[in-house]
Amino acid sequence: MSSIKIELRNEDVDFIKATCSKFNSDPQELINVLHSCQEHFGYLPAEVQEVVSGHLNVPVAKVYGVVTFYSFFTMTPKGKHPISICMGTACYVRGAEKVLEEFRKELKIQVGGTTSDNKFSLSSLRCVGACGLAPVVLVGDKTYGRVAPDDIKGILKEYEK
Amino acid sequence: METIKLTIDNKEIDVHRGTTIYKAARELGIDIPTLCYMELHDMGIENNPAGCRICVAEVEGRRNLAPTCSTKCEPGMKVKTHSTRVLNARRTVMEFILSDHPKDCLVCSKSGNCELQDMSHRLGIREIPGQEFAATSTYRKDTSPSIIRDLDKCIMCRRCEMMCNEVQTVGALSAVNRGFMATVAPAFEQNLEYSTCTYCGQCVSVCPTGALTEVNHVPQVLRALNDPTKTVVVQTAPAVRVALGEEFGLAPGSIVTGKMTAALRALGFDYVFDTDFAADLTIMEEGTELLDRLTRHLKGDKTARIPILTSCCPGWVNFFEHYFPDLKDVPSTAKSPQQMFGAIAKSYFADKIGINRKDMVVVSIMPCLAKKYECQRDEFSVDGNPDVDYSISTRELANFIKQANIDIKNLHDEEFDAPLGESTGAGVIFGATGGVIEAACRTAYEVYTGKKLERIDFTELRGMEGVRSATIDFNGLPVNIGIAHGLGNARKLLDEVRSGKSQFHAIEVMACPGGCIGGGGQPLHHGNSEIIKARAAAIYAEDRKKPLRKSHENPFIIKLYDEFLGKPGSEKAHHLLHTHYFDKKKKIIVKK
Amino acid sequence: MSKYSMHLLVCGGTGCHAAESDAIVCNLRDELEAKGLLDSVQVILTGCFGFCEKGPIVKVMPDNTFYVQVKPEDAQTIVEEHVIKGRKVNRLLYKDPLTKEAVSDSKHMVFYKKQMRIALRNCGFINPENIDEYIARDGYQALGKVLTEMSPEETIKLVKDSGQRGRGGGGFSTGLKWELARKNVSDEKYVVCNADEGDPGAFMDRSVLEGDPHSVLEAMAICGYSIGASDGLIYIRAEYPLAIERLKIAIGQAREYGLLGDNIFGTGFSFDITLRYGAGAFVCGEETALIHSMEGLRGEPTVKPPFPAESGYRNKPTNVNNVETFASIPAIILKGARWYSSIGTEKSKGTKVFALAGKINNVGLIEVPMGTTLREVIFEIGGGIRNVKKFKGVQTGGPSGGCLTEKHLDTPIDFDNLIAAGSMMGSGAMIVLDEDDCMVSMAKFFLEFTVEESCGKCAPCRIGNKRLHELLGQICEGKGSLADLDRLKNMSLVIKDTSLCGLGQTSPNPVLSMMDNFREEYVAHVTHKKCPAGQCKSLMEYIINLDNCVGCTACARVCPVNAITGERKEVHLINSATCIKCGACMEKCKFDAIYIS
Repeated sequence: MSSIKIELRNEDVDFIKATCSKFNSDPQELINVLHSCQEHFGYLPAEVQEVVSGHLNVPVAKVYGVVTFYSFFTMTPKGKHPISICMGTACYVRGAEKVLEEFRKELKIQVGGTTSDNKFSLSSLRCVGACGLAPVVLVGDKTYGRVAPDDIKGILKEYEK
Repeated sequence: METIKLTIDNKEIDVHRGTTIYKAARELGIDIPTLCYMELHDMGIENNPAGCRICVAEVEGRRNLAPTCSTKCEPGMKVKTHSTRVLNARRTVMEFILSDHPKDCLVCSKSGNCELQDMSHRLGIREIPGQEFAATSTYRKDTSPSIIRDLDKCIMCRRCEMMCNEVQTVGALSAVNRGFMATVAPAFEQNLEYSTCTYCGQCVSVCPTGALTEVNHVPQVLRALNDPTKTVVVQTAPAVRVALGEEFGLAPGSIVTGKMTAALRALGFDYVFDTDFAADLTIMEEGTELLDRLTRHLKGDKTARIPILTSCCPGWVNFFEHYFPDLKDVPSTAKSPQQMFGAIAKSYFADKIGINRKDMVVVSIMPCLAKKYECQRDEFSVDGNPDVDYSISTRELANFIKQANIDIKNLHDEEFDAPLGESTGAGVIFGATGGVIEAACRTAYEVYTGKKLERIDFTELRGMEGVRSATIDFNGLPVNIGIAHGLGNARKLLDEVRSGKSQFHAIEVMACPGGCIGGGGQPLHHGNSEIIKARAAAIYAEDRKKPLRKSHENPFIIKLYDEFLGKPGSEKAHHLLHTHYFDKKKKIIVKK
Repeated sequence: MSKYSMHLLVCGGTGCHAAESDAIVCNLRDELEAKGLLDSVQVILTGCFGFCEKGPIVKVMPDNTFYVQVKPEDAQTIVEEHVIKGRKVNRLLYKDPLTKEAVSDSKHMVFYKKQMRIALRNCGFINPENIDEYIARDGYQALGKVLTEMSPEETIKLVKDSGQRGRGGGGFSTGLKWELARKNVSDEKYVVCNADEGDPGAFMDRSVLEGDPHSVLEAMAICGYSIGASDGLIYIRAEYPLAIERLKIAIGQAREYGLLGDNIFGTGFSFDITLRYGAGAFVCGEETALIHSMEGLRGEPTVKPPFPAESGYRNKPTNVNNVETFASIPAIILKGARWYSSIGTEKSKGTKVFALAGKINNVGLIEVPMGTTLREVIFEIGGGIRNVKKFKGVQTGGPSGGCLTEKHLDTPIDFDNLIAAGSMMGSGAMIVLDEDDCMVSMAKFFLEFTVEESCGKCAPCRIGNKRLHELLGQICEGKGSLADLDRLKNMSLVIKDTSLCGLGQTSPNPVLSMMDNFREEYVAHVTHKKCPAGQCKSLMEYIINLDNCVGCTACARVCPVNAITGERKEVHLINSATCIKCGACMEKCKFDAIYIS
């Protein structure tokens, strides 16, 4: 199991409980509950899924089935600065793959990975709808447009500290 | 109901509106192949994800091929099930499926009984193009006390998921991941042991490939048989004798009690006994408990909880320990027949033949996979020595017999050994849904009323409906009986008990649809519910043949109480024949 | 819009947003405040203008001046020059690429000239966060008309007569779909807006929701009235935070105005809308998968029938339309079926929004009447191919569509023509490819997407697409044979023929159309082991130009696999058998002596 064990604190359990109540503990609201939990915890470790399962009365296997179905959900914590490279077609034909390759080389991690210092994590995503700026890279909430492989060092430098 | 006319492979047919092409074709004798579709007729069990795409056919006027399992017939439809286009598509899809499947058929435990292997043969697949650079989806293997999961062999038919969730409502399995890595697994792809799995084995009994199989205990049994220091005792469950023959080509419902006994003796077991004996014993203990609780309840004793639930099914015990731990004092405390047998064999019988329990090996032949787990429970052992050492399934026994070159079909019938081989018809019917409670009624009626039971067959308690109920007149006292088979049905009755709405005095629960005859360790039914019904008919036929049909009339049971236990519910009986249950609900550990 | 004499519209679409259009708004407001002009000049953050290539865009009304590629620091100039002195800022005006002349009014730009905006009618004109501006442009009038003057049947007839076909991909008649949902009697029904735009390279739904959310809300209410539903749900990608934010604001305002909620316009009709979030699964664009996802399940499609119109969300009759389909509805109601059906071709009525991207000069969002040719879209509106390269093809319909070529350029675009040409409308993404794009790699790229997005439920899609992708990979590496091309084709056809849902039924389209239209390129890969576009790494050969090489040994030293040999000051050689094509030597060479063949 790739997820890091976290100790659920009382307030974490309370948060999940409150979130489920907010959605009337309706099993059909599972995805909304998971969204809220991921926003809160940053990821969805097994323990969180267990608690959600209990409150929504959905088997935990099913919760895990949903978590692993949708690419938005993750069971591994993201880095402090999550880097996403748009791999939509527009970005692809304008060289997104080379940009991704460069990030991989610079950070020495694979897509889906996080650097050992937990600073950066790398992921690819599909079309952010900013095709005019292709290729596009997101670092946290910040968007970088028309990124060339040569720009990568500079972008990473902004977050060095 | 409206009928519609259509043509399949140039043959006309009238069917009811709503019939699928697949079923209409069957009526015409056209057997369209499929890997995922499965229906257990009259049990309300259907698996229909339309995922394997093997059953596709050409429907005139339709752009793409139609999955016949889930496409309903329309008036005037023209269907072709074996055109070039269909055959090419079917073959190509089969090649896709095989390209992501291990090719170790020779050593796969499902070999010879594998729907995927049969399909490959049937479709005449001789090579898998592009195999040399084809990636395969591989997963960690998992061995639990009862079930082995080898998901490399999973073809995503989803039958197991359907059984585990919709039929059994256990929820241990779910489709996980997406796309090429999609498979069916417990939460976090952990081992089954850490899930809410009840080991009912229904997933195993429907798996078309070797992805889900039972843990094989035959080697351990063989070793015990060859150990001269061990006295090896075997007990066989009632449902085994009506199904074992299928593994040797006999018609479903063939009764092979005598041949099975002969085969077991030929295999070298020192004593061939019958779990039915222990079933009679169970009735004595459970029936006494029922009457005790019922009379106390009727007298207004609030501590006497009603209804009483049967406890002979280990899958069911696991289920309520996981999901209804708050009700764990409701089921009878009586051990299951398998465990009662073990406890008596290693005490009363061991004493009788003058050996130490450590030198005795008790083997059970069970239609069940949960029994493997049950006999490994800590509370069923004395100083680390289990009451039942190994439990092997009907399928494993069949294989064992074949390995030993025994031609079971031509063996002469033999009798069980005494004293633990004697049983009544009441013990036999334990194998079918409704049987335990019927057996209990036969005894409880006579004990409660002091009168002789005129009508032994409580046919109102029999049948295949998932939840059944009947009121039995105990000489003026109406006793309300509930019956559920399949854990999803059991859940319905349990929910009623939990909310205090249950009207029943006694409830029988069997984890597997049909009862033990449909158990997870039985010969595979491959989706044919007629097989299960034939086994049920055989069980009741065996009952009718028996000279004695009420547990309390079993002379060896009477003797056992006289010589050893005292009376039902005695302290000794409690010590040996009763148990307690555990709360297995997952707890969230809160850290400061 | 009364008290202000001038409006500064700043594009708040995702592209411009990413390019700091927020900061532009802030700076403009600061500048105006400093000059005491905040009371007479209003700054509005609008939805997408469409011309993403030139963003961020600032438009000055009423004189219709269109500033492009504006930077936050340009705010001061715009205020001082244009607002105060009435002088246009020449350097920020759009320059016509041909005449090199500045064009200040968007009406005169080629990019906008051939466009006709129905779904996008308000995008870039109103502040999407202000319901009054929507109302000022006839917003919610269609709903009023329907509720007070028309019966549900009349409304459905009007939509049917307009000839509008669903813009989500399938192209099914909107009116017919509503009619089916109406016919199924039930105590509860649902209207669902599919805003799970997952097609890479498509951003039209997002732009509509960001730029004109009310048009979708209004249309959903109209649909609700027509089919007899009082609950609406918008299934939107969680990756679209701005669109979500604006929808939330719009729903709040509509409720406040009594345009959503109980007893709308006092007619007794009640309708409300809630949001449901997708979580990143392309397959959820398929309506049964979408419905399962809204029910908190894995977004796996199920066999149709039953169609959602019979049994959809919570097993109730459900009507699912996509964003663009809904966005056109209010206009259709107000202007009539005849008006709408007069636009377009015989079987495809109205306009279609396309997201134009790839190797094209004017990346952006456009809306054109059905029947416009690819040539008009690519070479006029799109301004032709970037960097004076040669046009090679255009992928329409995203990963489910096909690649059209030179010979299709004069085909009028509509649902049926695109299918006949081996592609499809899809959601409307158009990715333009040039001579540098390898058609085997492109097919592989799209398959990679499909493999990643396949739900895994049915065997042909789960395994078949993986095998297609692998085989394309083999071909890219020069390990394919002519027989593999036949195998590729057979696998593709079977996957299309046997897959459970639209995803698998269309996923081989790129392979099939590219193999069809660029057969010689595929043949070159398998027989000559050459990639004509020079994209496939394994098929490249690094060669040292004997004339330029001075024997400095730099390349040999940097080569990680010692594939370069040669004495100092002698010409070097690359052993192509050992070479891993990393390109390090070429990067290192100061004498331009290394080239790729």
